[in-house]
Amino acid sequence: MCGRWLGTIALTLGLVVASLGPAAAEAPSEAWPDLRAWLFANREIRDGAEVIELSAPYRAHDAAVVPLEITALIPQTPERYIETIHLVIDQNPAPVAGVFHLTPESGSATIATRVRINEYTHVRAIAETSDGALYMASRFVKAAGGCSAPALKDHEQAIARLGQIRIKPITPFVPGEPNRAQLLISHPNYSGMQMDPLTRHWIPPDYVREIEIRYGDRRIMLVEGDISLSENPSLHFSFVPDGPGELRVRVLDSEDRAFENSVPLGRSAES
Amino acid sequence: MGARLTRRGALAAGAGGLAAGVGLARRGAAGATPLPVTEIAPGIFVHRGVHELASAANLGAIANVGFVVGGDAVAVIDSGGCARGGARLRAAIRAVTALPVRYVIASHVHPDHLLGHAAFVADRPTFVGHARLPAALAMRGAYYLDNLSDELGALAEGTEIVEPTLTVAGEAAIELGGRTLRLVAHPTAHTDNDLSVFDEATGTLWLADLLFMERVPVIDGSLLGWLGVLAAAQAWRAERVVPGHGPASAPWPGAARDQVRYLERLRDDVRARIARGGTIEEAVASAGDGERAAWRLFDFYHARNVTAAFTELEWE
Repeated sequence: MCGRWLGTIALTLGLVVASLGPAAAEAPSEAWPDLRAWLFANREIRDGAEVIELSAPYRAHDAAVVPLEITALIPQTPERYIETIHLVIDQNPAPVAGVFHLTPESGSATIATRVRINEYTHVRAIAETSDGALYMASRFVKAAGGCSAPALKDHEQAIARLGQIRIKPITPFVPGEPNRAQLLISHPNYSGMQMDPLTRHWIPPDYVREIEIRYGDRRIMLVEGDISLSENPSLHFSFVPDGPGELRVRVLDSEDRAFENSVPLGRSAES
Repeated sequence: MGARLTRRGALAAGAGGLAAGVGLARRGAAGATPLPVTEIAPGIFVHRGVHELASAANLGAIANVGFVVGGDAVAVIDSGGCARGGARLRAAIRAVTALPVRYVIASHVHPDHLLGHAAFVADRPTFVGHARLPAALAMRGAYYLDNLSDELGALAEGTEIVEPTLTVAGEAAIELGGRTLRLVAHPTAHTDNDLSVFDEATGTLWLADLLFMERVPVIDGSLLGWLGVLAAAQAWRAERVVPGHGPASAPWPGAARDQVRYLERLRDDVRARIARGGTIEEAVASAGDGERAAWRLFDFYHARNVTAAFTELEWE
């Protein structure tokens, strides 16, 4: 169970910001061997090198909102594509921050999101390609308290806005090529270590557990999320539209609430 | 008090607070060094916080705190960063007046403004705060106490979370004997529980952390909401303003100019970045360029402000 705030935040005016070191240069992770065995058994994991890269900010300015980008160095083609990306934060109470299931329709497996980081840790992106090979890129991030810091700068607004989904195209609509978009889900993504102000008990975890992105009827991506994703989960992703259609997002949270939204794309506003 | 007083060695919430408060009050009366204060207007006393991070060396006294002396009572406005700091503020009051402390006002939930409250518990004042302060304390109090323990070690001893006994949802007035203080509870701005105080007798507007001067502002509520509150407040007439950080007293509305510029700059830069489909990292690298020289402790808070602004504005 993850813990959160200084934030958003949890903000204490006394806490000093943490910093990010160079790629995987710190002490070996004690947690990784067990995580590795659990997730990948004895399978070989190759260096990410020509398949996948991971970037994180040099300094984690807010441990509850750490932007990460996983860059795919190969395109998604029916012959070979990245099928799954595991995002692992070794020292977080819930170390598997997300599992991203992709398809050739994704166009590119490059994704960006924001996570909570609880203590100094390795962060890893492990890609599995459609031919069954595993590749890993990792960074060491110095951040602390992301899971245990208090949530919600504006409590009432967060409750009022729960479940709203924004889908924002980023690149101009071009059928047949990877297009880029961002989705935002308004959700407190309670980690389980924040206090309910009314009952004075710990708020149970209440988080986005599944995000499905479709273009028309075709699945672009399925994301399994957990409490290590930041409040108001954000995801930058790619998709290949075959023509004008609808980009659709469906969200399920751990309380089995379902939310949906969609945007029509590609129909020009003929004037 | 007839009972024997015991010192508490560890932080805890709850009933022990009274004993700790009384113990500190005794020590305060006997020997806590009074905080240096400036009388910025007749009967209004302010201690300037230092532009530092909270530490054992500064006892967390990094915010402006003070008190107002009326005809028959005193109101404390923000109590400091730990119980020992509160005791020093109380000693400063006793050096000026023997009148009872009737009100202890918390301008908002941040630890540098209200963790001195425990030092006043023995005075049995009314503890005042925004209607949303209890919820904010419930969410953050334990976290703040843990951090204080890390920052101050044994010097944090006696610090407790003290709940407000009077909350303000719109406006309220409190009386100090021929002296009225007007309290306004604001919509989400610096935090979601900002309370300001206006002394009618002298026209002094105590904005606390609704106004930062010299030290970089911290967005822990809503950037847009804060600009809205400042716009409204700038129309208020006041002879002087007390900021939460910065000089003990400043002219109004001129004192808000730098902060408004900073917040507007953040708003405009981050909006432009979002409109271009940019990322938080890009915004952090460039938003508010050029503001760095104008603010103390910029590198500790600006990037976090940009992140907060980004995650707020991307919902517009």
